[in-house]
Amino acid sequence: MSFLIGENMVGGYGGADILRGCTVEVDEGEIAVIVGPNGAGKSTAMKAMLGMLRLKSGSVRLQDQDISHLSTQDRIARGIAFVPQTNNVFVNMSVRENLEMGAFLRDDDFSHTTEQIFALFPVLAKKQNQLAGELSGGQRQQVAVARALMSQPAVLMLDEPTAGVSPIVMDELFHRIVAIRKTGVAILMVEQNARQALSIADKGFVMVIGENRHTDTGKALLNNPRVRRSFLGG
Amino acid sequence: MEILTDILSAMVLLMNFVVIPGLAYGSQLALGALGLTLVFGILRFANFAHGDTMAFGTMTTILVTWWLQSKGVGLGPLPTALLALPVGILVTIFILVATDKTVYQYYRRKKAAPVIFMIVSMGVMFMMHGIVRFVIGPDDQRFLDGERFIVSARGFKAFTGLNEGLSIKVSQGLTIVLAVALVAALFWFLGKTRTGKAMRAYSDNEELALLSGVNPDRVVLVTWIITGILATIAGTLYGLDKSFKPFTYLSMLLPIFAATIVGGIGNPIGAIAGGFVIAFSEVTVTYAYKKVFAYLLPTRLEPDSLVQILSTDYKFAVSFIILVLVLLIKPTGIMKGKVI
Repeated sequence: MSFLIGENMVGGYGGADILRGCTVEVDEGEIAVIVGPNGAGKSTAMKAMLGMLRLKSGSVRLQDQDISHLSTQDRIARGIAFVPQTNNVFVNMSVRENLEMGAFLRDDDFSHTTEQIFALFPVLAKKQNQLAGELSGGQRQQVAVARALMSQPAVLMLDEPTAGVSPIVMDELFHRIVAIRKTGVAILMVEQNARQALSIADKGFVMVIGENRHTDTGKALLNNPRVRRSFLGG
Repeated sequence: MEILTDILSAMVLLMNFVVIPGLAYGSQLALGALGLTLVFGILRFANFAHGDTMAFGTMTTILVTWWLQSKGVGLGPLPTALLALPVGILVTIFILVATDKTVYQYYRRKKAAPVIFMIVSMGVMFMMHGIVRFVIGPDDQRFLDGERFIVSARGFKAFTGLNEGLSIKVSQGLTIVLAVALVAALFWFLGKTRTGKAMRAYSDNEELALLSGVNPDRVVLVTWIITGILATIAGTLYGLDKSFKPFTYLSMLLPIFAATIVGGIGNPIGAIAGGFVIAFSEVTVTYAYKKVFAYLLPTRLEPDSLVQILSTDYKFAVSFIILVLVLLIKPTGIMKGKVI
C-alpha cells in the first residue's frame, strides 16, 4: 500500500471530465513523476490529490486513510505541501519571511529546519533578507520549494518546478530534489522535461487524456521503446 | 534687527497656519487612508463606506463622551473623548464585523468581482450614513473639552516678543502623537507578528497563503478589527480638531481616496505619504499669504490682494486635481501600489 495514492480518479472543472480513471501513487523516500503531452491532465491529477478539484469517483488515500472528502487546507494540515507552477512565492516578503510562512502551521521552534533549508539551498541563506520578488527565476523556484519544505511535509508536490528556467538551473533543481528525497519525503511532481525527470524518478506515470498509458519505474520507462518513440522524441 | 524679526514673524505665520495644521490634517488623512489601503490590500475592494465608518466611530465616541461628561468624569487637561475612544472602537469593530458577516461574506463566498464589492460598499456607506444622521442628527457637534492649547498665541507672543503668535492646539498635538504611535504599532504588527505576516502574505498571494495554512476567516476578522481602530481614531481626532458633522465625513472620502491612490493603493507607507501630500497641497494652496509677503517684502512691493491661490471653498478641488493627475501620469502612485 502506497503512502499517498489517488486511485481511479475521475473528475474535472465542470463540463467534460479531464481525469478519466487515472491512478497516481508515491511512497516515502521516493520520487514519482507524472509526464505526458499537454492537456493530458497531469496537473489536474495532482490538484485532485490536493483537494483543489472535486472527484466524481475514485479516492485519495494518505497512509491508508481516505482523505477524499477533506478540504485542501485540511490535507495541508495532514502533511501535504504543494508548490504551484507560477506565483509560488510571496514577492513582497523577504526570503526569510517566505520560509516563516511555510512554517505557519508549526507551533514548535523551526530554526533547525531553517538551517537545514539553508544548507540545502545555500544561495537563500545569502539572500534571506532580500525580497523574493527581486530574485532570479531559478532562485525564486528554490524559495518556492524551500517554503513548502518548511512545514516538514510527508508529501511534497511540485507542479512543473523547472518550467521556464535555464538548463543549468534545471539540473541544479533536479539535483536538489534528489537530495530532498534522501530526507524521506515522498515527492510527487509533474514535469515537462520528461527525460530528465524520469531519470531521477522511482516511479513514472505516463498520462494521456486523463488515463494512465504507461506505469513503471523511471528507468524502465526511459528504456521502453514505445514510451521513447511517443513521448520522449525517439 | 528689524529684518530678522520680520523674517521670524513670517516663519511663525507659516508654522502657525500651514505647517502645524498641515501636519495634523495630514495625520488624520494618513490614518484614514491606512484603513482604506488595508481593506483594499487584503479584502481587495475600494471601500466607499470608510468615511462613514469614521463618522460612525466618532459618533459612538461622542455619545460616550457626553455620557462621561454628564457623570462629571474627565481627563483634566486632555479631552474626555480619549476615555470614550476605546468604547467607540469596540462598537465600531462590532458593526464592521457584523456588516462583514451579513453583507460582504456572502459576496466573498460567491467570489464576486471587486467592482461588485465596491458597489456593495456604497450601499453600506448609505446605510451607515443614515444611521449616523438618525442617531446624532445632521448638525455640527462639538465635544472637545479640557485644555485648548499646548502653546497659546498670546503666551508665545509674550515669551518671544514677536508680533505673530504661534499656537499649537491640544487636538493637534494629540493627533500627531497618536498618529505616530498608531502607525508604529501597525508596522510592528504587520512586520513582526505571526498574524501580521499572515495578513501580508494573504495580501501578497492569496492562494499561496491558503496553501501555507493561513486561515482566511481570521485574516478578514483581523483586517476589520484594525480598520475599526484606525477609522475611529482618525475620525475622532478630526472631530476634536475641527468639529463633527456627518456630511463632512462623507465628503472626506475624496481626500482619503486621493491620499490612498497618490501613495500607491495597498501600500501602507504610501498611504501615509499620500495623506501628507494631500493635506499640505490643500493647506498651502488655500492659505492667504498676504501677511507673509508683508513681512518679507519692502513696503512698496506689498501685495494688495490676499495672495490666496484658491478659496477654501474649493479645497476639495485640490484632492480631485491631484487624483486625476496621478491616475493619468503614474497610476501606481508614488510608492508603487497596485494598479486599479
